[in-house]
Amino acid sequence: MKHRDITFAEAIREGLDQSMEKDPRVIVIGEGVPDPKAIFNTTAGLRDKYGNRRVFDMPLSENGMTGICIGAALSGLRPVMVHQRIDFALLAMDQLINNAAKWHYMFDGKASVPLVVRMIVGRGWGQGPQHSQSLQAMFAHAPGIKVIMPTTAYDAKGMLISAIEDNNPVLFIEHRLLHQIKDNVPEEYYRVPLGQAKVLHEGDAVTVAAFSYMAVEALVAAKALKSAMGIGIDVLDMRSVRPLDVASVLNSVRKTGQLIVADTASRTGSIAGELISQVSEQAFDALRTHPVRIACPDHPAPTSHFMTRHYYPGPQMIADEVLKMVGADKTSTNYRELCALMLHDGPHDAPNRGFTGPF
Amino acid sequence: MSHSSQLALLRSMLRIRRIEEAIADRYAEQEMRCPMHLCIGQEAIAVGVCAALSKGDSVFSNHRAHGHYLAKGGSLNAMVAELYGRSTGCCGGRGGSMHLIDLDAGFSGSTPIVGGTVPLAVGAAWASSLKQSEQVTVVFFGDGCFEEGVVHESMNFAKLHKLPVVFVCENNNFSVYTRLNERQPERPLYRVAEAHGLAAYTGNGNDVEEVLAISRKAVGLARQGQGPQFIELHAYRWREHCGPNFDDELNYRTAQEIKAGIHDCPIASYTRKLEKENGNIHLEIERCEAEIQREIAAAFEFALSSKKPSIDDSQGKVYA
Repeated sequence: MKHRDITFAEAIREGLDQSMEKDPRVIVIGEGVPDPKAIFNTTAGLRDKYGNRRVFDMPLSENGMTGICIGAALSGLRPVMVHQRIDFALLAMDQLINNAAKWHYMFDGKASVPLVVRMIVGRGWGQGPQHSQSLQAMFAHAPGIKVIMPTTAYDAKGMLISAIEDNNPVLFIEHRLLHQIKDNVPEEYYRVPLGQAKVLHEGDAVTVAAFSYMAVEALVAAKALKSAMGIGIDVLDMRSVRPLDVASVLNSVRKTGQLIVADTASRTGSIAGELISQVSEQAFDALRTHPVRIACPDHPAPTSHFMTRHYYPGPQMIADEVLKMVGADKTSTNYRELCALMLHDGPHDAPNRGFTGPF
Repeated sequence: MSHSSQLALLRSMLRIRRIEEAIADRYAEQEMRCPMHLCIGQEAIAVGVCAALSKGDSVFSNHRAHGHYLAKGGSLNAMVAELYGRSTGCCGGRGGSMHLIDLDAGFSGSTPIVGGTVPLAVGAAWASSLKQSEQVTVVFFGDGCFEEGVVHESMNFAKLHKLPVVFVCENNNFSVYTRLNERQPERPLYRVAEAHGLAAYTGNGNDVEEVLAISRKAVGLARQGQGPQFIELHAYRWREHCGPNFDDELNYRTAQEIKAGIHDCPIASYTRKLEKENGNIHLEIERCEAEIQREIAAAFEFALSSKKPSIDDSQGKVYA
């Protein structure tokens, strides 16, 4: 198979394109889907190719349009709906939780809702309190909904295709900082199953289970820990919030005996807490020390970059927790080398020095 | 309209009335253990609108759905069994009175979140428009629902894409115990729909032939691709908002008002009209009553002799 690196955003575009090509029931709708910016280029060219009866812009009516997409899904279409920020999807909570999540159950399996809702989590450049929330746990609380958070471009395409083929409502949550990251993505149509964690890095010392962008951060920490201090950790990219792949985490914890869960959300009520709860219930005997959550603080994200410097946890915090767990020395030169390896390139509120937006 | 068509309308209303009364009579036995919103007094709307539809058309409804479900041809046995929480119910006992479905009859579902099914109906109409099918979708909702933002979002999109959907607003003047004039400024509801660009009609919801005439026009235009239609129909809820009883003692409406409301009974007035036009129909009505009572007795027997679901039946089918 030919190696080809494309970005997460391009992988989404390709996944949408190939899904629409394969299945005429697939339609795409969202505020800005056919506009010149094309949802950070993730929907670019789709209207030209599939026309205005399959690719739609949408009135600013999140709840109504979610209901309309549910009605269309109940009637044989497979809509993909897009929110440029997940925060707007809160307006659609009624339709998502009361209808989409429950329709199949409450009507005894007589109908189902094959709906995909893409929701983008913002971060950086002052996205602030209402443009950068990580609400996966809130949505995942409702039985009947699937919530997935691919991290790599490979998974973005494969999991989007699986989500579109799935007969259930699937919330596809994209972290905006992932959009620019490249990965090897096959050109053909392929599926990545929903609900399975993926091992990104292997080691015996500690298990780090990470969601979405935090998996990228955890991998940076893992590589630095290995090279500077010779400490090996397991990094699991959870990829899915509901169903939650607890089994893979248990496997790893039975080997390492120590668990850190890194989440993009704020701490209280997070899916990190749920994962730790399930691991504690099922494998308390395997834990040598208490599990640790790494998450955002329990206050909304401020806008000013002067206040966001320490809002988001990163590789340094993950590495420090690992070192605490293994009882490693933080005064050595190795530690200074470790820190240097994890230094963020550029302003803290941009993904890297070269990045100029849009956020 | 032929005498037999008229009799069919009368019979359909009578059937719904007697079923609702039978539910009310047995509700105190506490075997039907779910909230029950009876449509007694509002039968002409369900019957008149559904008589304008064909089997392949789709209907969505709300918490007060028995009449809509039955008028669209939903299975009586499956409905009564559902009220009793039995496995043979239309939702296997998972839904109860507020969640009815019969896809074979084109009854696509009813739910109690006010406004919840309105966008779903628009979505169903969107799908039929994109698939270029002949189907028309109808959604029933009340004057209270008209206050929900999602209804206006739905009308906007329906008009934007000229979708084959008919919005039917049953205006019974009450949201639970609260009058329309405490909730909305004084203006006709249908004029608001008109402002959204919909073809809008209003009529007497107690006159089944008037309801049918308006519905035929609206459904016909929707089917021809003329876009969404809105029908506001005035009616009166005889009994309490939720439950089997009259609630005169609460004094939120005067005895005079209730008396006037009941006086406008769609069934009694239609019976009078048919007798005036066709002479005595006493024998025909008696025959209908007897058939209906037999059907009701059989439905309750079916429900009560049906399998009770187990705890295990509450699990599964969370995901398709």
